[in-house]
Order: sequence, then C-alpha cells, then structure tokens
Amino acid sequence: MCAKPIKDDAKAKVGTTGHSWDGIEELNTPLPRWWLWTFYLTILFAIGYTIAYPAWPLIYGATPGVLGSSTRADVDADIQHFDALNAPIKAQLVAADLTAIEGDDALKAYALAAGKSLFATNCAPCHGSGAAGVQGLGYPNLLDNDWLYGGTIDAIYTTITHGVRNTVDPDARNVGIYMPAWSDKASGPLADMATAKLSADQIGQVVHYVLKLSGQTAHEAKATAGAQLFKDNCVACHGEDGKGNRDLGAPNLTDAIWLYGGDEVTLTKTLTEGRGGVMPSWGYASASSTARLTEADIRAVAVYVHSLGGGE
Amino acid sequence: MSNAQDPSQLYAAHEPIFPRRVTGKFRTLKWWLMGAMLAVYYITPWLRWDRGPQMPDQAVLLDISSRRFFFFMIEIWPNEFYFVAGLLIMAGLGLFLFTSAAGRVWCGYACPQTVWTDLFILVERWVEGDRNARIRLHRQPWNWEKLIKNGIKWGLWLLIGLATGGAWVFYFTDAPTLFWGLLDGTASPVAYITMAVLTFTTFFFGGFAREQICIYACPWPRIQAAMMDEDTITIGYRSWRGEPRGKQSVQTSGDCIDCMACVNVCPMGIDIRDGQQLACITCGLCIDACNGIMDKIGKPHGLVGYLALTDEPLERAGKADKPIWKHILRPRTVVYTVLWAGIGLGLVAALFLRANLDASITPVRNPPFVILSDGAIRNTYDMRLRNKHGTDRWFTVTATAGGDVTLALEGTDALRVLVKANETLVQRLYVTASAGTVAAAAHHLPLRLWITDAEGTETPKAERIYKDTIFNGKEDK
Ligand code: SF4
Ligand code: SF4
Repeated sequence: MCAKPIKDDAKAKVGTTGHSWDGIEELNTPLPRWWLWTFYLTILFAIGYTIAYPAWPLIYGATPGVLGSSTRADVDADIQHFDALNAPIKAQLVAADLTAIEGDDALKAYALAAGKSLFATNCAPCHGSGAAGVQGLGYPNLLDNDWLYGGTIDAIYTTITHGVRNTVDPDARNVGIYMPAWSDKASGPLADMATAKLSADQIGQVVHYVLKLSGQTAHEAKATAGAQLFKDNCVACHGEDGKGNRDLGAPNLTDAIWLYGGDEVTLTKTLTEGRGGVMPSWGYASASSTARLTEADIRAVAVYVHSLGGGE
Repeated sequence: MSNAQDPSQLYAAHEPIFPRRVTGKFRTLKWWLMGAMLAVYYITPWLRWDRGPQMPDQAVLLDISSRRFFFFMIEIWPNEFYFVAGLLIMAGLGLFLFTSAAGRVWCGYACPQTVWTDLFILVERWVEGDRNARIRLHRQPWNWEKLIKNGIKWGLWLLIGLATGGAWVFYFTDAPTLFWGLLDGTASPVAYITMAVLTFTTFFFGGFAREQICIYACPWPRIQAAMMDEDTITIGYRSWRGEPRGKQSVQTSGDCIDCMACVNVCPMGIDIRDGQQLACITCGLCIDACNGIMDKIGKPHGLVGYLALTDEPLERAGKADKPIWKHILRPRTVVYTVLWAGIGLGLVAALFLRANLDASITPVRNPPFVILSDGAIRNTYDMRLRNKHGTDRWFTVTATAGGDVTLALEGTDALRVLVKANETLVQRLYVTASAGTVAAAAHHLPLRLWITDAEGTETPKAERIYKDTIFNGKEDK
C-alpha cells in the first residue's frame, strides 16, 4: 500500500513503469483497491445512467430513458406551480381599482416585477428594453413626460388593452385617424385624409412655422407664410397653439419631444408622406382568438410603464 | 522494464492500521486541543447575542435564506462578502505560515479529519482493546464476539456522526427552535438530509477511510511540500544517533533498539525512521512513543523529535542546533506574516469604518438620459438602500453636482424613504438638469448623492454617507 514508505527494495518489489527522466524513475505502485472499485463503479453508474435518463442521440432527439425524465415537462410543471402560487395575487390585481394598485405595497411589488418581465418579452421589440422607444421609427419613448394618449395609469391601461390603429380591436385608439400626407404628389389612404394638397414650397413653409413653434431656429418669412397654412389645415388636430390633442393622439408640436424627429428633414418627410403608427391590441379576444395578455398581465405592465418616470 | 510484482494485479489491498495507545507530552496536548475544539464546535450555536427585537439572537448564525451572516456584534450582508473572502484568504495564508514554520501542524493537531479520527480510535480502543487485541479480533473469523464488538463500535461511531451533523445544522438556523423541530419532526427536510449526509460521511471518514483521506483525497499534502524548506521544523528521526539499530547489549548499536514503538502508534501506519514522507501528518505521537522507550533504557529524549533539515549537519558535527527563532524567522515566514496581518488589519479597519446604513447606486444607462418636454435632461438611478439597524429608519437623499440639478424620488414627492429594519430597499431616483444649463450639456458631470439617516438617534450626529456617480448631459454634436 502506498502509505508504506518507499524502501530501497521497492523498485525490485513493484517494478517501474519504464519511464525515466534524468535518471528519475517512476515506480509502478499499484492503486489502492477502493480506488479501483470506485473507478469500476463510475463505469457501472454511467451505463445505468444512460439507460435511466435520455442519453443516446438519435436522428430526431434522444433515447427517452426508462425513468421518463424530461426537462421540458419539468419546466411545464414549474410554470404551472408558479402560476398556481401567483393566482391569488393576480386575482387581487384584477379586482383592485387601477389607481389603488400603487398604494398597496404587495400588489405594487408584484405588478412591478411581473410588468418588468412581461414588458421585456412583449413590448421591448418596439419600445426597447429600456422603454426609450425608437424615435426614427415612431415607437414612442415611455420614459419622458409627454404622452400621445395620456400618461395616467388609466390611459396607459386603455392604450395597452386596445392598442392604436390596429385592424382587430374595434375599440383601438385612433382607428381611421392619421397624420395625412399633405403633398400634392402623394396618393393612397393617407393622402385621401388630407383636406388640402400642398406644394413642396408650402410644406416647407409649414415646416418652418413648426420649427418656430417649438423654439428652434426657423426662416422668418417662411414661418410667417406657414402660419396661415397651419391655421387652415393643422389646427383641427394639433390645436390653435400647436399643443396637440390627446383625444386624437395628435402630438404636441411646441415641446422638445418628437415621435419621429423635430428637425427640418424629418418634419418635411412627416408632412409629405403622412404618419400612422400602429400598436397591437393586447387585450382583445374574439370568438376565435384569445387575448395576447391576460387582464392581470396588462395591469402589471400598465403599473410598470407608469413607474418609469413619466407617469401622470 | 522489470516488473517484479504480478502485473495482472491492478490494486493493492488496504492494510488496516491499529495504532497503539501512547502517553506523553504531545498526546496530552492533543487531548486538550481535541476537547477545546469539539467544545467550541458544539457550544457555539447555543450562544445568544441580543441585537434588538426584529433580529435573530443567535451569536453565530449563517442565515442563508435571508442572506445574513451574524458573528456576535458583527453582521455581514451579501454585499460585504469581501469580509468572508478576506477571512478565507487569511486562513489560507495562516496555513502557509504554520506549514512553512512547523510542517503539517494543521494536519497533526487541528484538522477535523485528525480530531474525529482520534475520537473514533478512542472509541475503538475502548470497545475492542488496544492494538494487539484489535489485531487479534480483526484476524479471527466472524463469531458472536466479533459481531457484538463491531456492532457496539459502529453504533457509537454512528452516534458521534449524528452529533456532528446535528451540531452543524444549528449554525444555519435558530438552534433551540431547530432542536425541538428535529425532535418532533417539523424541521425542514434540508436539515434532516444534511444531518444524514454528515452522519454518514463522519462515520465513513473517521471509521474506515481515516489515513486514506489524508493520503489520497485531501489536496493539502500536495500543496504543503511547496511551503516547506530545509528550515521548516518538522518531525524526524535522528539516524546519526539511532543507527545502526539493534539490541542495547550489542556494543556497536546506536540508540534505536528497533522496538517498533514509533511505528505501532502511528495513525498513518508509517515508519518515521525512513525519513520525511508524504503520509506523515506530524501528529507527534511517535515522539511520545520513542521518548517513553528512551526513558526505559535510560537514554536522552529526542531520538525521534522536532527538528529541521539544517540541524542535521550541525548535530552530526556535534554542535548545538540553530535556535528555534532562527529557523522560524526567515523571509518566507515574514512575508506570510506581513500579508496575513495586512489583510487582517484591513478587514478590522473596514469593519469599524462601515456605517449602519449603506447604499449603492446603479445608473440606468438604457437610455443614458431622457429628454423631457421642456427640453430638460433627466438621468435615472437605481439606489439600493440598506438599513442595518434593528429598527425601521427614514433615510433622506440629497444630491450635489458640478452644476444645477434637481433630485426626485420615484413614487413620492418627498426626498426621504422608509427602509424597514435589516432590509434593503431599491429606490429609483431622477436627477434633472433644466434645458440650457451647464449640466444639461455636460459630458459625465460628477454627481454625489448623500444619504442621511434622518433619525440617527443612537449616534450623536446623524449618520451620513455619500456615493459618487455620473450625470450624462446631452452633448451638442
Ligand atoms: S492530510 Fe488533509 S485531512 Fe489529513 S490531516 Fe492533513 S489536512 Fe487533515
Ligand atoms: S510518523 Fe510520527 S508524526 Fe508522522 S504520522 Fe506517524 S506518528 Fe504521526
């Protein structure tokens, strides 16, 4: 056994492996018996394991193993388990008054945590994982204090539930209402909405008036000419003062926040081609389809979005 | 290649070791150390320490579910895990220091494997008798005597194992509650499973694996060789005095009478007269055994004893040994000591400098900033506020920056929040710079957030700490 010191006669007794480095030879000392047994046991274990658990790769999957273990089934069971655990608080969330949720520590904590992960899965593709939106594409920033349809918890909840200008939910916001394409060269549904056809020069004048409205540097003469055009065509939605109208989702043109961009190029494009962003309905269910999110989930997302810094 | 042994034989059978009882200086020291260490192990979880009504009153508690580590007046939060890391580094350096000074003292005197094996051998000797009786019992075929003696021995070992595992679980939850819970079956399954595993491992390691753990399983014998050098004081055989071994009556004989006493007491089953070897745990028992023999034959002690390699030429030349301090005081031990003490002092300083409130700031950088409707620039921060008091506290937050900024807290109009006793609160902060200000256009404006314990009643002045971070403005392109 190894614990026995290596005596001079050890070489004669156990022999060497035949390896020799600079005259240092390696004894061929046998392993302890328990070590060898453990080694054989691990081999037996490995064989047993491949029989008991999914192991051998086949063309479409692997051998199932006699114990019927399946990580997919385990995950399903886990999900069901946690759904069951969450059921009571979800019921409370649905029963509560929307404005009361944030005052209730337990409900708020649940709604924020659930809302955060629901947002990451469902909303982040457009609004971004940090909810900052994508300006050039017209996905609104949800962190600032400017809201197209209102930033109260009720307004946010309604927007999420029904969406904006989508074709499925009859209660969607702004169905049939767009920023028209004002250009006299434009055609299609957005052009049909325009109450007038403006030339490129006229559009430029309106753009400069809007630049002026929002406190940016503008061409004075063009802006003055644009003021009348604005009055004739734009105030119906954006209001006399250009501050917008939340009932129509018409943006405030006097502040620093822009859905598509407030520079001359982008404004020109917006006026020329029109705009009409769409948001899906997350709560609409019909006879043939279920809602994308449950009532409890929508409420959780609403609380989460309301907590991001812009909530009213 | 000459292979004298039968090559088909893949293993060597385990030869059981039957250490003989021995008395002497080192054995006595080891009994005392064993008693002290077992006492510390079993008593510690039962010590109480008052920390206030909302806190556990167990002096030493590793509260894993709420992620707190209590050690008398010290409480460690997960974010202060560097204390634990520091202690582990100190333990490692301490081990290096002791090993380079005196060899495997840890193995021989303090390692649980040695302490429990000692205890198990004590039980074995008590049931079956001393070495010769045990060898006889081992060799005889199975009969009632062998069965009963082994049964009693294994039963006692299992009890010791159970007590070992039983004490262990008390470190992780309130000991008295768990004690009654274990008895009436209401304790958590984790406690029972832990106890079962530890009972079995103690039984197996202390009863059967013993020296096999030290030789094959433990990494320390592999590492220790790097810590030792020729000045390390370790256990050795003074061959120049002992050889040639043989009967006292023979004139040419050295002091060693080849009585095998040192071999028979060795828990590792080795012969120290073959020189320093991997298997020796420097337990000192062979010294006791040999000194006992020297007394009988009227020769001085120390044929087997603590010595360093550098002493050998001196002793052979008939000179005195190097003084002990000269062995110990050498660059590597000094380096280990300095590192060890440096980390220790650092930890103590950190312990006294930390406040009862603690905070960390995570700037939200997705997006880096938000433009508000009036053109103001807002940055968002997530602040974790930790209240280490035993009572709920109000914390006030204020901000100072290299420019004008205003601070707001999510969910409240005030600048203070309530943090529950012994808990962490994640609070969102908004810092806003008005349009056109320096801050609004700044690149990486330094921002300092002050957190004040608004009711610092226990201290003369309110506790106040700060955390530095950065404010991102919208740089003009
Ligand atoms: S070899 Fe390892 S297990 Fe054995 S006494 Fe030393 S430290 Fe302990
Ligand atoms: S040789 Fe001596 S010191 Fe080393 S393990 Fe054996 S009895 Fe202990």
